[in-house]
Amino acid sequence: MTLHEYHQSGDRILHGWRFPVLNLAHAHFIFKMAAVQGGLVDAVEEKDIKTEPSNDSGGNNNAGEARLLSPSPGSSASAGSAKSTTGAPEDQSTLLAVLQFLKKNKLTESVDILRREAGLPEDVLDSKGTDSSGAGSGAAADSADAAGGDASSLLSRVTGSSSAPAPAPTKAPGEDQPDVNVVLSAYSQQGDPALYGVYYNGLKRFIESVLDCHRAELSQLFYPLFVHMYLELVYNNHENEAKVFFEKFSGDQECYYADDLRVLSSLTKKEHMRGNETLLDFRTSKFVLRISRDSYQLLKRHLQERQNNQIWNIIQEHLYIDIFDGMPRSKSQIDAMSGSLAGEAKREANKAKVYYGLLKEPEIELPLDDEDEEAENEEGKPKKKKPKKDSMGSKSKKQDPNAPSQTRIPLPELKDSDKLDKIMYMKEATKRIRLAPDNLPSICFYSFLNAYQGLTAVDFTDDSSLIAGGFADSTVRVWSVTPKKLRKVKSAADLNLIDKESDDVLERIMDEKTASESKILYGHSGPVYGISFSPDRNYLLSSSEDGTIRLWSLQTFTCLVGYKGHNYPVWDTQFSPHGYYFISGGHDRVARLWATDHYQPLRMFSGHLADITCTRFHPNSNYVATGSSDRTIRLWDVLSGNCVRIFTGHKGPIHALAFSPNGKYLASGATDGRVLLWDIGHGLMIGELKGHTDTIYSLKFSRDGEILASGSMDYTVRLWNAMKAYDDLETDDFTATTGHVHLQDNSQELLLGTYMTKSTPVIHLHFTRRNLLLAAGAYNP
Amino acid sequence: MADREERRFAEVSRDSVKLMAESAGLELGDDVAALLAEDVCYRLREAAQSSSQFMRHAKRRKLTVEDFNRALRWSNVEAVCGYGAQDALPFRSVKEGELFFVEDRDINLVELALATNIPKGCAETMVRVNVSYLDGKGNLEPQGTVPSAVQTLSDDLLKYYQQITRAILGDDAHLMKVKSVSHDLEQLNRLLHMVKSLVQNPYLYLGSYVRSLVSSVMYCILEPLAASINPLNDHWTLRDYAALLLSHIFWTHGDLVSGLYHQILLSLQKVLSDPVRPLCSHYGAVVGLHALGWKAVERVLFPHLPAYWANLQAVLDDYSVSNGQVKADGHKVYGAILVAVERLLKMKALSLSQPAEGGAGGQSGSVVGEPLSEAALGIASHLQAGGAGCPWEEWTPVPLPDMYTELYSFFGDSLAVRFSTGPGFGSYPPFTPAQLGEARKDPPGPASNPETTRKMPQLTANLNISPRQDGSPRTDPPPPSLAATGSGRFTFWYPPLLQVPGSLSREVFPKSRFTSPQTGPPAFTFLIGGRQMGRRCQGRRPFQTTFAPTPPLSAVPPRAYAHKLPVIGRVGKPVRRWACSHYSLYLPL
Repeated sequence: MTLHEYHQSGDRILHGWRFPVLNLAHAHFIFKMAAVQGGLVDAVEEKDIKTEPSNDSGGNNNAGEARLLSPSPGSSASAGSAKSTTGAPEDQSTLLAVLQFLKKNKLTESVDILRREAGLPEDVLDSKGTDSSGAGSGAAADSADAAGGDASSLLSRVTGSSSAPAPAPTKAPGEDQPDVNVVLSAYSQQGDPALYGVYYNGLKRFIESVLDCHRAELSQLFYPLFVHMYLELVYNNHENEAKVFFEKFSGDQECYYADDLRVLSSLTKKEHMRGNETLLDFRTSKFVLRISRDSYQLLKRHLQERQNNQIWNIIQEHLYIDIFDGMPRSKSQIDAMSGSLAGEAKREANKAKVYYGLLKEPEIELPLDDEDEEAENEEGKPKKKKPKKDSMGSKSKKQDPNAPSQTRIPLPELKDSDKLDKIMYMKEATKRIRLAPDNLPSICFYSFLNAYQGLTAVDFTDDSSLIAGGFADSTVRVWSVTPKKLRKVKSAADLNLIDKESDDVLERIMDEKTASESKILYGHSGPVYGISFSPDRNYLLSSSEDGTIRLWSLQTFTCLVGYKGHNYPVWDTQFSPHGYYFISGGHDRVARLWATDHYQPLRMFSGHLADITCTRFHPNSNYVATGSSDRTIRLWDVLSGNCVRIFTGHKGPIHALAFSPNGKYLASGATDGRVLLWDIGHGLMIGELKGHTDTIYSLKFSRDGEILASGSMDYTVRLWNAMKAYDDLETDDFTATTGHVHLQDNSQELLLGTYMTKSTPVIHLHFTRRNLLLAAGAYNP
Repeated sequence: MADREERRFAEVSRDSVKLMAESAGLELGDDVAALLAEDVCYRLREAAQSSSQFMRHAKRRKLTVEDFNRALRWSNVEAVCGYGAQDALPFRSVKEGELFFVEDRDINLVELALATNIPKGCAETMVRVNVSYLDGKGNLEPQGTVPSAVQTLSDDLLKYYQQITRAILGDDAHLMKVKSVSHDLEQLNRLLHMVKSLVQNPYLYLGSYVRSLVSSVMYCILEPLAASINPLNDHWTLRDYAALLLSHIFWTHGDLVSGLYHQILLSLQKVLSDPVRPLCSHYGAVVGLHALGWKAVERVLFPHLPAYWANLQAVLDDYSVSNGQVKADGHKVYGAILVAVERLLKMKALSLSQPAEGGAGGQSGSVVGEPLSEAALGIASHLQAGGAGCPWEEWTPVPLPDMYTELYSFFGDSLAVRFSTGPGFGSYPPFTPAQLGEARKDPPGPASNPETTRKMPQLTANLNISPRQDGSPRTDPPPPSLAATGSGRFTFWYPPLLQVPGSLSREVFPKSRFTSPQTGPPAFTFLIGGRQMGRRCQGRRPFQTTFAPTPPLSAVPPRAYAHKLPVIGRVGKPVRRWACSHYSLYLPL
């Protein structure tokens, strides 16, 4: 695949200007790039590369142990049959160990007394001990013959059976006689698989008994503990115990974890864990819980009293408890924020300053006003200059304190054609309909007919003149929505013939013969999942299952560049609102920032624990938002590559994102059918819009940001009162600092309208410059 | 262990694995098979889970083989080939062997290769835009097809509706919009059959939907369908069937929509009198009239025949080649008229024979008969109101012999031959004078053949509604043409009262009316007045007199009314719409 497919007119089409080097970060990037390209996107490795400090030692510890303890499949099977004799209760084995200890220290009297009291036969140490060790775990089975009846070897076998995933210094059976104290402490760690349920149950009973205000908070522990305990059981080849454990407690988990539980339940063997990336993440990244100090103290005290080290270890190793001072949160508050694969976001994660303000609009010089006039006259309409000037002035004069500096991210200079477009935009803006709850937009539906191959992505140009569709048959099709037909530029030979000095040279270079209503772009080798027009309407980006992103020229209707790097399906891509940059994200969990004239990414944003399903640029081009199957949304700083916001609260993969036009808010839609609104500056969830009954595939704010439109698989477009959602939120200093917003359940008041389509899923929404709402989808009866 | 898991997932049993291995020529031990089976299950689940991701990103609800194969490919597993077809694979089981398999039909490649009906490629993908919602409101009808009428239906009915539309139109859900399929006779036919089944469904209360059904059926009868352009299309049968259906709807559900009969007649007549319409429309009108009964024919077709005959004759006499098709159509119309007229004559003769018996013998018969006359009068007024160009005011039932001679002049022997084969025409001569009189004043007369009597219930229900509205105009002097309608309604509304004077007058009126056609008005007044008095106070007398001069006057008054026709038409329309407001409109005139 040629990376740069320059065409005869390519020089003209590709940007002529150079990209100012993004200094350090860029260099850093290339380094990362090399690392990634070395080992075709190993997810774990990439995570290591990234800034996220997710790699904790606990996970590695386990991995090391796993290698020691992991038996071959064959031996595990034979162990499985031996397990039928299991059932040796923990007491008995403890007793045995104690007897062993006493005997070793020559405390024969005590041994006798104890034995009598426990009602054990004389030879218990020999016969029973062997039994119980055999029952313990297959891991110790291989050393069984060599050990014989020797007490020390028995001890070692018992040790082996305590699968102890914790930092307990358990040793492989072959080693020399371990220190007995260590062995006993290993017992006290209670790695016996049969006891997992007991511990879990104990904790459950404790949490159920605490005060109501703490119960909700502590209940958050259930899910991560459950998962980790289950995984430990599986990991240590206690298949049956794992199953029993799952059966017993999976019903207690919150319903929004059902999808994960399904994955979990299908996983019953250690070998399976290796390939399952989702669960690998669960083990290697810490599940974040936010708990008030009081509740935490309560929990800690309980666990210490009970000597419940098993659970304590899990909490220490796999959980990150973000303790805050103040009132414990209510159940609804917790439910609003939980649901993601890795728990809530840490509070620090959302503390970074985000410059969400808009960039200053470029001043457009007066001489252009003449053209403006002409254009107006052509339309034969009286012109209203004043309002236009006002709108320009108000935007450009004040520098938003929340806005990044103009040059924070190097942006392409405006070309003349861009300026013309800006003027057009402003003119249209003056004719814009002011939307309000009592003045809802008209909706036009663009139905894709005969799209039997499957429509997977749609995009409109900003001026609504073109519509493009990505299809499952790897094609990209572009239609002209206006009467103006799509034309190609003439061939090189023909271009030589035209008079380059003439005024209408731009018209002359077009080949009239190629005029048609639609064009088909061939090049991908898999379904096209993401599609995006450049703001200047000269390019089109498409991302596909084949792992590439392609840049197409809308002048020649050919492919210019194929950007490789993802190596896995690329689910979404989008141009920056200022052009030149674009963002992509896909199955490899890494979002990449590209520039059109670089064949390698400028930034890689990694941190998501599952596929990145959608990507959006902030209106000021300084940030990108990514939504993921891990049910989180992350906001990344383009300049530093850091993750500056993590939003949790969705209960399903996120499939739609939209920034409000003023850059302050972010809306997200997911498979759970809910739309969530986020305040970017404060990092707060500020609204929950319930109503859709199926996956939301498209979100769009009206041009003024007053109305939010959402389109879904449930064949409806819904309009929401975004302004009211912002206003209704009651925040004070406390909520702002802790992020514990109490959301009202006011979806019904915010819902302004529900509009049915004719069994057509709404997969794209677009507000024209005059605030007419365009929706698109494929009608497939 | 196994059964617990079976509840959670579909499982591949170890036997299956063994069988698979055997088919691949391997011998597996039990434990190996068990292990393999477990692993296979897990891998399958994993693949299914990752394939669902492809489904979600393709924005679909249905997981396809394609999705699954993609998931396999990305996990470095060979894709499963040969199952990419869009249509569902029938999955069958064999009871004896507890064997499940995908049905795989044999395909005759030779046949396929030599087949001449090469399937056309599917249509090109395109984008079409429609404004779904204006200003977010107003048009709250969902984008696309489900008509607003359907939305108000209850859930059960909606389901019914959806099933029907799916069954009949496939994916097109325009139930009421026959026009959208006017090119497709098959569709139309199915639609008509659907209408029929709807009408016949005793559990379905059609209510006001009758009107839309009727309009659909009328469309099939009258419109120059797109399908008619091709002479090969047998749209004649369609029209015949639609006409039958129309009469069926009318007789069974006419009571649901008042004034339906009148409207139907009106539109049929309009088509018939419009020479610009193609012959197939005319044919439809004639067939429709025929289906509605001989009275309709007599009322509409017969008076119109002279005028229409000229047109038809011109068509039939044109022997030019280019005219061939039209001429064939003309013959069709000719045939239809002939049949209609023949029935008219027969029935008329029959009906004339009966009043003597019925009128004298059975009072009940006369009572029931009365409404019919009313209906007929009603028709007359409506038709006239429609301003279809035929001077209805002048219309007087033509006595049978006259009718016969007139028709004979058109049809010649063909009529005679047909007619003579029917029930004897000559057997009723004695009654002719009486009929004459009867027909003159009170057109369809108290005479009612058994057939119409049976049909009356439907009509009565219709008429029952009218009197309530009658009140409004009575305070003002109504136009003469109204009076006829009004009087008729009164008579009907009070059958018991009517019965006494009616049955008495039965003997008298015909004669009195006949003896002095010129003094018809007074006689008429008398009749109405008497009934009126029975119903209300005498204070109405002046009212009666005002419309005395109406009915059988010269052609001039009708012409004078002609320009007011639309307003009168309103009056003629049933019930609700009729209220005072329209009447006040009328007053300045």
